[in-house]
Amino acid sequence: MLIKTQGNGFNHPVASEITDRAHYEGRRDILKLMATGAAGGVMASWASRQALAQTPGLVQRPGKLAALNAKPSMVAGATTMEKPTTYKDASSYNNFYEFGTDKADPAANAHTLKTSPWTVEIEGLVKKPGKLGLEDLLKLSAMEERLYRLRCVEGWSMVIPWVGYSLADLIRHVEPLGNAKYVEFVTLADPKTMPFVGSRVLDWPYVEALRLDEALHPLTLLAFGMYGEILPNQNGAPVRLVVPWKYGFKSGKSIVKIRFTDKQPATAWNKAAANEYGFYSNVNPNVDHPRWSQATERRIGEDGLFAKKRKTLMFNGYEAQVGQLYAGMDLKKLF
Amino acid sequence: MRVVLNQRLSSRLAKPVAFVLALLPFVWLVTAAALDWLGANPAEALERSTGDWTLRMLCVVLAITPVRTMAELPALARFRRMAGLFVYFYAVLHLLAYSWFDMGFDLADIAKDIVKRPFILVGFTAIVLLTPLALTSFNRAIRALGGRRWQLLHRLVYVVAVLAVVHFFWMRAGKNNFAEVAVYAAILGSLLGWRAAKAVRKKASQPSSVLSI
Repeated sequence: MLIKTQGNGFNHPVASEITDRAHYEGRRDILKLMATGAAGGVMASWASRQALAQTPGLVQRPGKLAALNAKPSMVAGATTMEKPTTYKDASSYNNFYEFGTDKADPAANAHTLKTSPWTVEIEGLVKKPGKLGLEDLLKLSAMEERLYRLRCVEGWSMVIPWVGYSLADLIRHVEPLGNAKYVEFVTLADPKTMPFVGSRVLDWPYVEALRLDEALHPLTLLAFGMYGEILPNQNGAPVRLVVPWKYGFKSGKSIVKIRFTDKQPATAWNKAAANEYGFYSNVNPNVDHPRWSQATERRIGEDGLFAKKRKTLMFNGYEAQVGQLYAGMDLKKLF
Repeated sequence: MRVVLNQRLSSRLAKPVAFVLALLPFVWLVTAAALDWLGANPAEALERSTGDWTLRMLCVVLAITPVRTMAELPALARFRRMAGLFVYFYAVLHLLAYSWFDMGFDLADIAKDIVKRPFILVGFTAIVLLTPLALTSFNRAIRALGGRRWQLLHRLVYVVAVLAVVHFFWMRAGKNNFAEVAVYAAILGSLLGWRAAKAVRKKASQPSSVLSI
């Protein structure tokens, strides 16, 4: 018999037993609720993965720039469960001194930045030095979407969905020599398109650096996009670094040169004020900036005007992933 | 021209108009905060702009006497007390914004912060020094203290001006960004310099007299 009936193997429950549509569709809300902690630690992380798995991409594309497709990252710690900051805040409140020192300046001035053609020069202690065009870089590894906390040394934070891949993929591609210990990132300093290059705030070009093992950590991201699209100029287009467990200034924007060295490079803010900005600059609530506390932070767009600031986490909450890089180091001295 | 200006400044309307003008920044900030016009970090915007307006009011109040003397506008003297009280008003708002938005009104945290961070200490000292000035701004206080002592006390505003610039300088030192600091330092410096020069001249002409600026 082709058509089964209740009396013949077709065990369809009576209508009153079917989950009603509203409840079924409310499943994701329940998962979200669980994810926020109502279900306790272990269940929460499972539930939030489930909740996220329902949504293609972590956030809605703002629709301002070209799309940059990516798959969700599988790297441990790469997808925080926190609420992403709005694209508007993340692209209008920036520190990018080449375009001005006020945080509204980059959004107003960075339209002059020319991001194409773009090349990144690989220099120093590597087997394969040379120039890589942006197109080659974009194809070098699979794009991943990662939702990272960003903690600025000034005491505010955001949650940003970046698009890119682990810097380690590029480093392996260029094959560092055995004596390479540090990686230096030189960013663009073009006085023609960047009005504040030449101001005496910092030495130009802006240079940042990591220890090689930090640079090889899978969480260290070479980012080409955010919010599912290519980077806006004010956020460091076309290619930048994102090191989520360090203060934001360690993540250089608009990178033009990556140099492998055996000596610790001199970095921009460390040169400007060594007592305030260490080479490592790991997010650390126990080591205050000489002029302000680092114990707390204000989450942009989320913590209301009158809300108490939230506690800053050791290594910006990435201690489980990166803590071992600093085993045995006195982080009060090597801040 | 000067006569007309003096008349205008002496008119019954002049003071209310000045009061409303001085209150406009406050009205703007409250409105902007309520309508979410202050950008990504409204708390920071409020802390900074109340600080800016304190500095601007300090410039205004310290400019009154030099302008009054040089432009021969005696009527300006009427506005000095109100301007001084507006300095205190914006300074108190600045302190409130910091205590509330940054420190969540946690008095122990605030006390720790004042001791720990020199630029907060300097700012806090400035507002402490301004307090007796605000408290003795009414006529009875002037009579009770006696003109000379009252005037001496109110010269504390010169110290406050220096502290305010140091506070601003230190705050901006983080970004090596001193352009705006230089503007305020130049304005307040020349206003204080004018007084110093006048005092020196006066001392030279009548060595025994007490300074009265």
